[in-house]
Amino acid sequence: MKRVYAKEDVCIGCRLCEIACVVEHSESKNAIRTYKTEVPRPVARNVVEERGPLTFSVNCRHCDEPLCVAVCIAGAMVKDEESGVVRHNEEKCVGCWSCVMICPYGVIKMKPAAKKVSKCDLCNGRTMPACVQACPNRAIVYEER
Amino acid sequence: MLYYDQNKNYRDFEVLRDENKCIQCQVCVRQCSYEVHTYDEKHDEVTADQTKCVGCHRCEAFCPTDALKIRKNQSEFRDNALWTPQYLKNIYKQADTGGVLLTGMGNSYPYPVYWDKMLLDASQVTNPSIDPLREPMELRTYLGAKPDAVEVHGGNGHPRLDTSFAPQIPIEYPILFSAMSYGSINLNIHVGLARAAEEMGTLYNTGEGGLHPTLYQYGKNTIVQCASGRFGVHTDYLNAGVAVEIKIGQGAKPGIGGHLPGEKIGPEISLTRMIPEGTDALSPAPHHDIYSIEDLRQLIYALKEATDYKKLVFVKIAAVHNSAAIASGMVRAGADVISLDGFRGGTGAAPTMIRDNVGVPIELALASVDERLRQEGIRNRASLVVAGGIRCSADVVKAIALGADAVYIATAALIAVGCTVCQRCYTGKCPWGIATNDPYLAKRINPEIAHEKLANLIRGWGHEIQEMLGGMGLNALESLRGNREKLRGVGLNETELNILGIKHAGA
Amino acid sequence: MEHVIIGNGAAAIGAVEGIREIDKASPVTIVSAEPYRAYGRPLIANLLSGKIVEADIYYRADDFYEARGVKLLLGEKAARIDVEKKRVVLESGKAVSFGRLLIATGGIPFIPPIKGGEGSSIYTFTTLDDAKNLEALPGKVERVVVIGGGLIGLKAAESLHDRGIKVTVVELADRILSSAFDREAGDIVEKRLKEIGIEIVLENSVKEIVRAKGRIKAVILNNGEQYECGAVVIAIGVIPNKAIVEGTGIMTNRGILADGNMQTSVPGIYAAGDVAEAPDLLLGQKRVAPIWPNAYLQGRYAGLNMAGAKKPYRGGVAMNSIEFYGIPTVSMGISNPPDEGYVVRAVYEPKKNLYRKIVLKGHRLVGAVLVGQIQRAGVLTGLMTGRTNVESFEEELLNGEFGFASMPPDVRKKILAENR
Repeated sequence: MKRVYAKEDVCIGCRLCEIACVVEHSESKNAIRTYKTEVPRPVARNVVEERGPLTFSVNCRHCDEPLCVAVCIAGAMVKDEESGVVRHNEEKCVGCWSCVMICPYGVIKMKPAAKKVSKCDLCNGRTMPACVQACPNRAIVYEER
Repeated sequence: MLYYDQNKNYRDFEVLRDENKCIQCQVCVRQCSYEVHTYDEKHDEVTADQTKCVGCHRCEAFCPTDALKIRKNQSEFRDNALWTPQYLKNIYKQADTGGVLLTGMGNSYPYPVYWDKMLLDASQVTNPSIDPLREPMELRTYLGAKPDAVEVHGGNGHPRLDTSFAPQIPIEYPILFSAMSYGSINLNIHVGLARAAEEMGTLYNTGEGGLHPTLYQYGKNTIVQCASGRFGVHTDYLNAGVAVEIKIGQGAKPGIGGHLPGEKIGPEISLTRMIPEGTDALSPAPHHDIYSIEDLRQLIYALKEATDYKKLVFVKIAAVHNSAAIASGMVRAGADVISLDGFRGGTGAAPTMIRDNVGVPIELALASVDERLRQEGIRNRASLVVAGGIRCSADVVKAIALGADAVYIATAALIAVGCTVCQRCYTGKCPWGIATNDPYLAKRINPEIAHEKLANLIRGWGHEIQEMLGGMGLNALESLRGNREKLRGVGLNETELNILGIKHAGA
Repeated sequence: MEHVIIGNGAAAIGAVEGIREIDKASPVTIVSAEPYRAYGRPLIANLLSGKIVEADIYYRADDFYEARGVKLLLGEKAARIDVEKKRVVLESGKAVSFGRLLIATGGIPFIPPIKGGEGSSIYTFTTLDDAKNLEALPGKVERVVVIGGGLIGLKAAESLHDRGIKVTVVELADRILSSAFDREAGDIVEKRLKEIGIEIVLENSVKEIVRAKGRIKAVILNNGEQYECGAVVIAIGVIPNKAIVEGTGIMTNRGILADGNMQTSVPGIYAAGDVAEAPDLLLGQKRVAPIWPNAYLQGRYAGLNMAGAKKPYRGGVAMNSIEFYGIPTVSMGISNPPDEGYVVRAVYEPKKNLYRKIVLKGHRLVGAVLVGQIQRAGVLTGLMTGRTNVESFEEELLNGEFGFASMPPDVRKKILAENR
């Protein structure tokens, strides 16, 4: 399946990917409204790592054998058989953080106040995930590997 | 602003932030390498230190909510035709530092731009125009010395060429990427330039920074440069490309050398330039072995020997008052190609006074060099490539009509990959990731994107050149070369028209 | 080939999903003593505390079994396995024939003999029915004593506390969470629970449950102290529920022994989940690891192999993620090294409720305990299960911001290039 991969050699650390993710998962889908009025604001579902000049995004890989699905005690994580997308049902999530403990990429985000996690949904069938489209330097790509 | 020398507050730009749109995402904070923007966590507020803004527009370009605008500082000094704000600010700065004013890119003073005072011809009724979408249109150019005459024998439908040709470099577009050293710009751009040159069938030039090992694969699209510092020059390097360019001078700073500060000499640049890490890379003003045309001839032939007479030798000079005579000497010294760099040519760093006050407009230098070589009957013995402020395809066409074989572009190439000509290349903090080797900033150029954009630029200009040629009823660039009949001047005086060798519009 | 699964917990669901990945057609039957669809067993604490309702506890969609053609025999307890005739005999007298059988009967609470332990108001806390039984206590009982300061005991204590009951936890060891976590983690959690108002008594145990007219009045501890209470929850631990294999010839130790394919000593019969004693990735030997992730994964691999996929299970790693009143806590792998052959590094900031410990052996990460700051804990888990040599970045592992950027480029790029 097509997955989101990052290229650290050309990631410029602007974090527009995170903003695009937040806006895409907001109520309004409008950046200004999302940031100024939505409470709680969605969290970005990728992780941008920074260390000196090194920056890169880490994104959910929608694993073939997703450990987050295996460990979820609430049945909130499901791998969609057709699309391969690992989906998370926030309604069912109880915030046990088991998936946070197991995800080898560390890309399941905690929302401690809500006692829920948030994870990439590949923008629910969007032709190109928001983070990929927003990257100004092609440092995040969506492709088959 | 508090704690600054008062005159720093006479800043050039204003950062206008629309608080109704700013979402405190801090993209501007991360993008500005001059630390103009800062985030105040306590108040969840992004603020700007206007005095640091160089007007590069990086923040504006990256702001996801269109909250930023960069304007010229609206604060006005009293009108004075002589003491304009620019001179005032320069004096304040020097009174503070006692130093030489530095700048980057090319001469930015309002000297005449002769490209804008020449108009091209087009066919009407007679000699009908040609549609390049329907009919072949030849842009290929061969660089290199042409024989004085071509001798053939045989005939009867089977002619044979008796004349042996000097090596020629075919280029598919009359546009080369001119010299920018690895060091002044980074490897990512070099990769982009090399790949674009390869894709488009043209050439790029290493500048005097040597050739990074990863770039040898683009040899057939490479001109390697040999300049006064001789950085990175060795046998493999000289033989790596299709030509060697001896750089005598540069349009942005004729008569002076170059200086890449030691802090920019990191491990890769050190390796490529063959100098120790952290040492200043000083290019002397002259070549210490060239004090005459005869000396130049020695170097030209030394390089031809070193490359087994397979590579062309270019000689590059800045356009100066007596370029025509010098060019004649260069041709006689054995140069295969004359590179002529006008006063608008860019640089990574130059003293402002030199950049803005020395040299000759390329249009005039080109016309006089071409004319002189023709008068002397040696125009065929070298190709002529001109550089310095070529902004668009029409400039290229006008240059060819004035007599150039091809043009060099560098500023335009950098603009293609994001440069906004803020003229702060010498700081090493280029926010567009171009004139910098800071690993955090250099990543901003993705070689893949740079390659595409540079190739697109050449492609686009190529289409336009074909359109203009077709409009003039020509189907080959060769038919335009030196064809000054296709140009007319507007608003030029008799002297200018004479030097350019063109008639006034209407004539 | 008829597949039969005894049990209906995480391992059973994993098995159904594993079987159906390979084999869409063969009949699958689940025999379950509990009368419910599969539910998230650890969620009984959330249910008891009132954070979720019963409808939220079910693990898979309503049509899960139907959609996968699974025949569900709920409330049917399997009595014995007839290995010869390949059938499971139920207590109801019915029998179910199998081609392949999975024993996923889980664990049962261990209940030690205690004076006064017979009779009403003694509870365990491992099933939905347990939670429902305990739900009746608020309003009727003011104080409860929980015996056992492990994960289940503390979750029971927390849930009851949330429902307004005063809770005292009695733990035999000198610290709570002694098996899954270490002293420092236990101390932070203990402090937090005490702040909330849960009483914790260490190095003690209940000698006697005092009753009057059959009703519980108090417990007496070994040291003679008496704690008034109206009910007792016993949460000392769970043991494999392996009674069903008695006399079948299926080999057992603490649990039912299973190989890498989750098969028992009898071909065609598999075991998975809390009842199984299966290979551990880090220990290099078999052990009972009664945790949800292991149960699901063992079940899944059992299912895959029952359907003929021939996919061995790499083995599980012990791991627990649990939060107590805003303090998230994670332990993984070997959190209490058994001998001197390990290198332990830790950062302990009890005032900030922060703790991060890593356990290394031969430059491989084999265990970790994180308290307070657990985001991206999975990156550590990945290093542990991937057997990555961490020598060049050992120091970094202690950094709460640890991530791929902390690793050398070759290590980072290798991990990020893999698809799992």
